[in-house]
Amino acid sequence: MVADLSRRAGEYRTHVLRMVYGRKSGHIGGAFSCAEILTALYFHHLRVDPARPDWSDRDRLVFSKGHACAMLYTVLAHRGFFPVDELPTFRGLDSRLQGHPEPQKTPGVEVAAGPLGHGVAIAAGMALAARMDGSKRRIYAILGDGELNSGVIWEGMMTAAKFALDNLTVIVDYNGVQQTGTTRHVMPTEPIADKWSAFNWHVIEIHGHNVGQILDALDRADEVHGRPVVIIARTTKGKGVSFMENSPAWHGGIPDSAQFEAALAELNEGTRAWTV
Amino acid sequence: MDGLIRNPLGSPSSMRKAYGEALVELGRARQDVVVLSADVQSSDFSYMFEAVYPERFINVGIAEPALVDVAVGLASSGKVPIANTFAFLFATRALEMVRTHLCFGGANVKLAGAYGGLSDSFDGPTHQTISDFAIFRSLPNMTIVVPADPLAVRKLLPQVAAWKGPVYFRLCRNEVPEVFTDAYEPKIGEGVTLIDGDDATVIACGVMVARAIEAARSLSRQDIRLRVVEMHTIKPIDSDFIVRCAQETGALVTVEEHSIIGGLGGAVAECLAQQYPAPLERIGVNDTFAESGPYLDLLDKYGMSVEAIVAAAQRAMARKQASSSHATSEVY
Repeated sequence: MVADLSRRAGEYRTHVLRMVYGRKSGHIGGAFSCAEILTALYFHHLRVDPARPDWSDRDRLVFSKGHACAMLYTVLAHRGFFPVDELPTFRGLDSRLQGHPEPQKTPGVEVAAGPLGHGVAIAAGMALAARMDGSKRRIYAILGDGELNSGVIWEGMMTAAKFALDNLTVIVDYNGVQQTGTTRHVMPTEPIADKWSAFNWHVIEIHGHNVGQILDALDRADEVHGRPVVIIARTTKGKGVSFMENSPAWHGGIPDSAQFEAALAELNEGTRAWTV
Repeated sequence: MDGLIRNPLGSPSSMRKAYGEALVELGRARQDVVVLSADVQSSDFSYMFEAVYPERFINVGIAEPALVDVAVGLASSGKVPIANTFAFLFATRALEMVRTHLCFGGANVKLAGAYGGLSDSFDGPTHQTISDFAIFRSLPNMTIVVPADPLAVRKLLPQVAAWKGPVYFRLCRNEVPEVFTDAYEPKIGEGVTLIDGDDATVIACGVMVARAIEAARSLSRQDIRLRVVEMHTIKPIDSDFIVRCAQETGALVTVEEHSIIGGLGGAVAECLAQQYPAPLERIGVNDTFAESGPYLDLLDKYGMSVEAIVAAAQRAMARKQASSSHATSEVY
């Protein structure tokens, strides 16, 4: 199963690459860093039903780092929420796959995203609603590390801790790079685990491209009582393409044709490793 | 239609208390209503809901962005959240949340803006709110409702909760004259004729409705018949109704506890400019911050006195007269 999920994540990177290359617009780096996290959630952990995207007792995923939505769309499509052949319409006129997520257009998208920092507080509201309903559904949110710069993140952290929302798991895709530089340089957030811990969250740290660790952390988070859980997933921005990795230039960079071919070859190579 | 309003107007009573009671009643009628506050429930009177339904009340602390975002999460899970804080904080600090998730994302959140207009009078301009209509009116999918007295709060709040999509419900801090009789049955989106007349139309909202009525009663002693219209819904604006008033009375005055830029006056001006140009005078705060002081004195000093409404109506009627004699002279 770990190999299958890892292979899928690798394959989904090639879709993202094609979508952004085809439209000459989009965000590759942060989409690649959350490939394994999204794949593990949608293909193993989340209780969702693509045939009933409005099922009231589904688990919720708040995708807070909205710019990375090419990966979210790719995973949702492959999970069956809409046809995979719709992916090339990404960011085009009349497409259901907007530049940043729009819940009313795209099946499976729970909330709008793009302006950063909303994920924790919105997820806290969903977790409060689940508790009021006496529902077992769980709430998940995927944040970037750059958006931890935003004040409302910390407002949401306090709110979730105040209400002891143990039906909430936040995953930080901590790739260490934001638009104009490393997070360490732009706005230092370390020691990040200590900060969440000081805000009364249960903290789990993992390697965010290791599917086994992701699945294990998600299971452990489900068992925590009395506190919300954050999984700090250490990832690599641009993961899977050597010249894109750890480079702010590939936050929103668009490959030329040679770079596209080189990136595709590397991604296919990486995926083959999981197929063998 | 005179039967809709009291004559004389009723003695002042608390709009906040009416709101708190209406929230409790709403909570009784609807299990899906959840009330949130940014730690001002003792000011906005949502504490009355908290006292009865603590399990459906959420205090997020002094954190207005989170106030709106937590409400978004509740709304996306089928709740009808009513978020409470000072009006200016919704319109400024939490505005991005409102735009992105309520207006764009479609989250069915209701915003109850406390202390609207100059009603937090002694706290001064930092706490007063004169730009909220203009800000929210420019956002697609937003609905803006402004009750004029305590009864209007009780009649409109259930409609706000039932309305499909986000609503900004603008409230007054203070005791305000009771304007309406029980016959008043407002409906979101529809203007209400309170007094008929054909010399000019005064279109008012919120607590200024009482002053518009007083202005009309004062002018009636000079045999001038003002039509008084209550426009409790600033958006979507009842443009057919406004055009009909322009056609039938030929001169208009808007009266609001808001900047004359972009609010009710702006909405009526846009409507007339496009569909039926007619003389229009706008009463409101004249593009300035106010100051601390007694509420009624502030309304007077910053241009919203009964006398100012009377004078504006006379100017509008004079302009109507001038343009009709101008038209006549062209004919000859």
